Amino acid sequence: MKRVITATVHNRSGVLNRVTGLLAKRQFNIESISVGRTETEGVSKMTFVVDVEDERKLEQLSKQLNKQIDVIKVSDITDKQIVARELAMVKVLTTPQQRGELQAIIEPFRASIIDVSKESVTVQITGDSDKVDAMIELLRPYGLKELARTGVTAVYKRSAAPADRNETIFDS
Amino acid sequence: MRASAEPKPNTEAKPIVKTGADLLVEALISQKVETIFGYPGGAVLPIYDALYRAKGSFDHVLPRHEQGGIHAAEGYARVSRKPGVVIGTSGPGATNLITGIADAMMDSLPLVVFTGQVAKSVIGTDAFQESDVMGITTPITKHNYQVQELEDLPRIVNEAFHIATTGRPGPVVVDIPKDISSTVYEKDVQSDFHLPGYQPTIKPNPLQVNKLREALVIAKKPVVLTGAGILHAGGSDALMTFVENYDLPVTSTLLGLGAFPGHHHRFLGMAGMHGTYAANMALYECDLLINIGARFDDRLTGNLKHFAPNARIAHIDIDPAEIGKNVTTEIPIVSDAKKAIEKLNDLEPATLDHKEWVDKLESNKQNYPLWHNDSEDVILPQYLLRKVHEFTDGEAVVTTDVGQHQMWTAQYYTFNRPDRWVTSGGLGTMGFGFPAAIGAQIAEKDSTVVAIVGDGGFQMTMQEMSLLQERGLPVKVIIVNNQALGMVRQWQEKFYDERYSESIIDTQPNFVKMAEAYDLNGYKFESVQEIDEKLADVLNDDKPAVIDCRVVQQENVYPMIAPGKGSHEMIGVMKP
Repeated sequence: MKRVITATVHNRSGVLNRVTGLLAKRQFNIESISVGRTETEGVSKMTFVVDVEDERKLEQLSKQLNKQIDVIKVSDITDKQIVARELAMVKVLTTPQQRGELQAIIEPFRASIIDVSKESVTVQITGDSDKVDAMIELLRPYGLKELARTGVTAVYKRSAAPADRNETIFDS
Repeated sequence: MRASAEPKPNTEAKPIVKTGADLLVEALISQKVETIFGYPGGAVLPIYDALYRAKGSFDHVLPRHEQGGIHAAEGYARVSRKPGVVIGTSGPGATNLITGIADAMMDSLPLVVFTGQVAKSVIGTDAFQESDVMGITTPITKHNYQVQELEDLPRIVNEAFHIATTGRPGPVVVDIPKDISSTVYEKDVQSDFHLPGYQPTIKPNPLQVNKLREALVIAKKPVVLTGAGILHAGGSDALMTFVENYDLPVTSTLLGLGAFPGHHHRFLGMAGMHGTYAANMALYECDLLINIGARFDDRLTGNLKHFAPNARIAHIDIDPAEIGKNVTTEIPIVSDAKKAIEKLNDLEPATLDHKEWVDKLESNKQNYPLWHNDSEDVILPQYLLRKVHEFTDGEAVVTTDVGQHQMWTAQYYTFNRPDRWVTSGGLGTMGFGFPAAIGAQIAEKDSTVVAIVGDGGFQMTMQEMSLLQERGLPVKVIIVNNQALGMVRQWQEKFYDERYSESIIDTQPNFVKMAEAYDLNGYKFESVQEIDEKLADVLNDDKPAVIDCRVVQQENVYPMIAPGKGSHEMIGVMKP
């Protein structure tokens, strides 16, 4: 099952290495990982999309992350009220004649063309992963020259109460 | 007179010049470090210079190989329950420490390891004696640091000691670039720390403790499993009260031996791959398993499908990640082992309705004891270990490597007191026992310390005989010499149709002469008579000794749970 896990971490050298190394060592399958700074100085947020077999594996994942000294908080936000987005850039082979057609395809996705060359255009899309997947599938027949995705990042929808936000999947 | 009370501005005297290395030394002194196991080299020259200037502040132990030094620090830490402090230089100095760091991680030993690093300006350029210590040690440390700014050094040292010794203990590496240790410091430094991401749960949740007691009073077949967590917490006395309050049968992991006295009438022996029949069947048949400070290692559980199939599992552990990792747990208690047991002891004791169960366990103990072959001539290794116990009154600090001799020691050297047993459990490190004994002897000057080693393992770290020579440490090394890598040979016999691939080692050094080359007393015993007549005197001597005991090569460790089998499927339970 796919889960979205966030970890707030101290932004110290080696922390990303420690976290990803631990996931690899314990044979967790990471689908995507995104890291960025937060509103608090010195604190970063990592967002992982992981594929785990069952609840027990998931609990282990959370506990192992929590155990790291530089990890401040771990949350499984999959079932929470969240907005999750990722950004993708897709370079698609197109003849000048096809550009209009392409524009029509991407419009419903609210994607935009951010670069044009003689034989290709680059499309930028933001959205949840399913939406990004769907657009990529529609573009695939044209020939994908290059594809880059940022991985998912997420925030809570409402300004959820702090108690709610602190809820982690592991509570001793 | 008044004028002299004013501090005299002394413009001539030079200000006291301190380097980063001096800051390190000051931090070590403030951490009350007494012993350092270290080896100098290029990148730690400034640190060694500061140590030289601070002469008398520490006992510096110079091993002859970094691996020997770190295993000694582990032995020191296990016996004293204080952190073992290690220094190594960059590159090969650091990589030689890796086995010890990994060993300490697996067995939860508190180590603070300082490694030199090349100067910050050349990190990442493949400089001379550069290695990526952070990258290499990240998966095998509780935490690691590379000092980036001089003023962070005291804070990092304090954090390192705090992290290594609290919660579940473990090794912490601090990598110090050479320019940091050699820079003269002028700025104010910070030594206070705040670790919001590290708040170990020390006290048990009282509701969970109540739940455990409720489960206990209705249990018909309870059993307690003791792990090293009790030893780390110093919880043996509390455990005794708990066990006697409820009259509970007790078994132990390999590393938990000594947490509960081996001679106690309710002790079933060690459980696991080479545990006793009584202990393993108790785990298999129990209806309540109370695991205190053990991590349900595969060598303990055997095939998980058959592990304690009818039991409710209660697990007390300071590391929440251990609970539910291998075995589904009904009553988790995240806590320091001692605090959790004391909390249990605060509750009203109860008389359990478990007579049938304890009687059955007692009859298993009587009917299926450990057994071994006998000889009036050649030395059986099990006989040797029983004699070592007898001649040291079971009071010695005993260390081992990994393998057959380790299992026989666990089986036959009955440990009645905590913190007398130092072995490489999780990582299973050959070459651990002898240097660990040196560290244990340094921590416990007045105890008899016996290193039980195999002929294979001893040859991995025997250069540390230099330390016995240099310090006159009265460590007794007993080589259980079967001229083979015994456990490998046993598995090849049982599971590889006796194809003894590279496990029989006929060519050996003359261990007596080796000992003599280091000005140590060397002995070679080949018969039961020699053991009976001479071993006691050697063990009770106040001089170091290396004792080459020639034992029967074909002996196997029994009983045994074969790999993939459940704890009820033991082989070799009875003498054929």
